[in-house]
Amino acid sequence: MAFDRVSLDLGPGETLVLLGPNGAGKTTLLRVLATLVRPTGGTLRLGEVDALREPERARPLIGMVGHGSYVYEDLTAIENLRFWAAMHGHDAGEPRLRGALAQVELDAVATERARTFSAGMKRRLGLARVLLGQARILLLDEPFTGLDRQGSKWLAEFLQGFKAGGGTTVLATHSFGGALGVADRVAILAGGRLLLDRPAADLAADELRRLYDALTDPEAARA
Amino acid sequence: MTAYARRAWIVLWKDLLTERRSKESLNALFFFTLLLLFLFQFTLGPDRDRLRAAMPGLLWLGFVLAGLLALGRSFILERENDCWEGLLLTPGDKSAIYLGKLAANIALMAVVEVVMVGLFGLFENVELGGALGPLAVVLALGTLGLAAVGTLFAAMTAQVRARELLFPVLLLPAQIPVLLATVSATQVVLLGQPLAEAGHWLRLLIAADVVYLVVGVLTFEFVLDA
Repeated sequence: MAFDRVSLDLGPGETLVLLGPNGAGKTTLLRVLATLVRPTGGTLRLGEVDALREPERARPLIGMVGHGSYVYEDLTAIENLRFWAAMHGHDAGEPRLRGALAQVELDAVATERARTFSAGMKRRLGLARVLLGQARILLLDEPFTGLDRQGSKWLAEFLQGFKAGGGTTVLATHSFGGALGVADRVAILAGGRLLLDRPAADLAADELRRLYDALTDPEAARA
Repeated sequence: MTAYARRAWIVLWKDLLTERRSKESLNALFFFTLLLLFLFQFTLGPDRDRLRAAMPGLLWLGFVLAGLLALGRSFILERENDCWEGLLLTPGDKSAIYLGKLAANIALMAVVEVVMVGLFGLFENVELGGALGPLAVVLALGTLGLAAVGTLFAAMTAQVRARELLFPVLLLPAQIPVLLATVSATQVVLLGQPLAEAGHWLRLLIAADVVYLVVGVLTFEFVLDA
């Protein structure tokens, strides 16, 4: 995926919602921000850290919940957290792990295997993993997919809590409804180019849809 | 325990716990072992001289084929739910992941080998009592060599579409020194000769193990990141 002059600057407590059609480069951009993909040019700074030069220093600041949520199906919820806590060198003690599960409302199913969880529960388990560390930047790929109304509401509240704690969030999604509720800024990415980057407060839902159609599919918008 | 050792240990714990619960590899390997033993019995018949001559090769044929099944699956687990990506984001030296995976693979193969040797002795009516100690040494060294390079190649091919084809194509040529040494050393042991008689084969085996292990530790991070 080639990006053409994509430039973003996010502050603490800011939430950017990244919209775009399939193949626009949203997931690739998230992977670049997560230091999983190294771009051939450009810069990536997380606070004082040059993330391209020192990905090892940047990674503890990043919490990524991708499509798969990094969940092992045959481990229980608490075992999944124990594994990732140990791998990241975090406190893997039972109270800490149970506390993180309670924050995502999975404490009642702590000892059940992830295989039995719904997509929303697995996503929450992925968020509990992020809570174990000191992530200041949360990267979410299609977090509203597969969530029912209640699940979407819970996720929006979770993101508000993360934001209130000074955390920065970048969220790639197709879901206009879920996204606008939590966004401070909305960006539209298509063909590797950032076609729009505006404060969410300046955009009504109808206007955003019209802009999205006009920017990502101009011919359809004219018709 | 250092952070490095803790990470290797938790990978081993996770893989063994997952296998204990799913039994995906163990079930396949157990039935595969039974099938092989049945075929050996059927082919060789009751001729003990033929059996004694063929046994080292047959045993290692079984171990290598079982190893191909077990090792090839070891990173498939990490593809599920993008766990591979999660491993990439973990801090520190990634070779700890390799060593944890390697230890889990060795444990799995050891179970298969114990079952296979036990059943082989039982089915073929071969007396293994006196040879068990030296045989265990040869099996341990051979398994380390097979698993060290197999774990690395399993990681290399896990993300490739034609991995079932590519994995054995890469692994088997690299195994030639290990197989030559292990089959020859196993033959010496099963003929009741002292292990020292296979000294040159054991030295080759140890050298191959060290080379494969060092290459695995040094290159795993690049393989994971590729």
